Amino acid sequence: MEIIRVSDVYYEYENPDEPADMAVKGVSLTVQKGEWLSIIGHNGSGKSTLVKLLNGLFLPKSGAVLVDNIDTRDEQRIWDVRQKVGMIFQNPDNQMVATIVEEDVAFGLENLGVPPQEIQRRVYQALKAVGMTQYAASAPHMLSGGQKQRVAIAGVLAMKPDVILMDEPTAMLDPSGRREVMDTVQRLHEEEGMTVVLITHFMEEALRGDRVIVMEKGQTVMEGEPAQVFSQVERLKDIGLDVPPMTELAHRLRAHGIDVHGAPMNVEEMVEELCRLKQEN
Amino acid sequence: MLKDITLGQFFPGNSAVHRMDPRVKLMLMVVYIALVFLVKGFLGYAILAAFIAGTAFLSRIKPKFLLRSVKPVLFIVVMTFVLNIFFYRGEELLFQWWIIRVYKEGIRFAVFMALRLVFLLVGTSLLTLTTSPMALTDALERLLKPLNAIRFPVHEMAMMMTIALRFIPTLLEETDKIIKAQTARGADFDTGNLLQRAKAMVPLLVPLFVSAFRRADELAMAMEARCYHGGTNRTRMKQLHVTGIDYAGIAVVAVTTGLVLLERLL
Ligand SMILES: Nc1ncnc2c1ncn2[C@@H]1O[C@H](COP(=O)(O)OP(=O)(O)O)[C@@H](O)[C@H]1O
Ligand SMILES: [Mg+2]
Repeated sequence: MEIIRVSDVYYEYENPDEPADMAVKGVSLTVQKGEWLSIIGHNGSGKSTLVKLLNGLFLPKSGAVLVDNIDTRDEQRIWDVRQKVGMIFQNPDNQMVATIVEEDVAFGLENLGVPPQEIQRRVYQALKAVGMTQYAASAPHMLSGGQKQRVAIAGVLAMKPDVILMDEPTAMLDPSGRREVMDTVQRLHEEEGMTVVLITHFMEEALRGDRVIVMEKGQTVMEGEPAQVFSQVERLKDIGLDVPPMTELAHRLRAHGIDVHGAPMNVEEMVEELCRLKQEN
Repeated sequence: MLKDITLGQFFPGNSAVHRMDPRVKLMLMVVYIALVFLVKGFLGYAILAAFIAGTAFLSRIKPKFLLRSVKPVLFIVVMTFVLNIFFYRGEELLFQWWIIRVYKEGIRFAVFMALRLVFLLVGTSLLTLTTSPMALTDALERLLKPLNAIRFPVHEMAMMMTIALRFIPTLLEETDKIIKAQTARGADFDTGNLLQRAKAMVPLLVPLFVSAFRRADELAMAMEARCYHGGTNRTRMKQLHVTGIDYAGIAVVAVTTGLVLLERLL
């Protein structure tokens, strides 16, 4: 089932960094319920602008964005749109409002006018879902970056969204924080069937998804399953993106006449494929 | 180093004083302040002292912390005391030298003024020691709600205070980082005359302000993404309840008030 439909959307900032250039130019895409869509692309390719169009933070100059069949330009229903499509930002510090973790998680529900008892129940559930219950009464500035991002995820989860948008949620974290956040997201996706739209510049994060979209200069230039997209090594390199190391190795082996099948994405898959080849010969 | 500065002086705890409804505490504080100004003689101060000592004992706040609140303004207390002694004109002249005349009433008045200041400081710090800044903001928002009628932006003020409380530690941490980064590049914040030091602050303040504005921008976006649209139709997770402890507190303050009024009349 389709939850978000973007049709031929254009967006232009009022004071663009590069004049006469739109940030998003004619993008069309859909997000299906329960899928994990990763968006990759160069800095300035319009990824952040695109996701801000998905929850009505920005409104398209032309074209339309439908969330569960609600047009994001429908002023009456903008709060429904934002409840359905939650958003996690890059900087964990700049998205927490309250001085206590549980109050921050409650913030969205308070804005929606949910009754107090119900808020308490849902805040507790959300904190449990991200494994942060023992920090309910802590001050945000005492938490690590990864923990802050998990609290931010709880704040979105508590609103019972259909989709979580994440704009480079791990870009400011250390490796352990990054793993912590990605594992949380993966668990929510697998166990609760949460729909995820993830912008990332870590290719191994994009690999976890069901589908990858590559953006360049405000347009979507590639789209498909991770294995399919990452097998087009030359094209990705032209756009200026990194390719996962094993995918690149497979590409180079093929260039030397070794017929590696598919696009192995981690060491295990590569080992398996090489063993298979060895047995064949 | 800057990280050690904690905001306010809240001392988390679970005492009866801590558990009181912050709205009630705030209102009782107003009554207490009125009492401090109503007191007429030493007996009255003795009553207030007993009240403060009792509350402090119940709250398990060490007297050391209570008195610490007086320290930063000790200078003002002493100045008030000295000025009042020298400039109060009474009837019973005790001592005269050059233009300085000290009257008996002057000494009495000076002592009272100093006591008044000390009692105000100790009393209010007893409130801030036992109530988190967040709870105080919350209580203020709820108590001032009627002012909405005259279009005073109560909710907005409270939200601003909350955000300030939330970001002060973050900005202090950032200041610390910038100071270290600039020091590593040879900046000198600690020597030179006033002008030189003010100049040294520029490379500290500029990045700090730039970052604060960026944060404000991103936070506004994040708040909107979480459906924030002002105070209308907003509910709160934490409900405040007036309980037995609060009634006990009100009773104690009522008795204290009665005693102070009695002292004033006698
Ligand atoms: N607030 C803004 N004002 C003007 N131009 C902007 C603003 N934010 C982004 N841009 C421009 O829009 C384009 C797309 O930016 P963005 O969506 O942030 O890309 P990405 O997230 O892929 O790095 C870039 O050319 C950028 O310079
Ligand atoms: Mg971006």
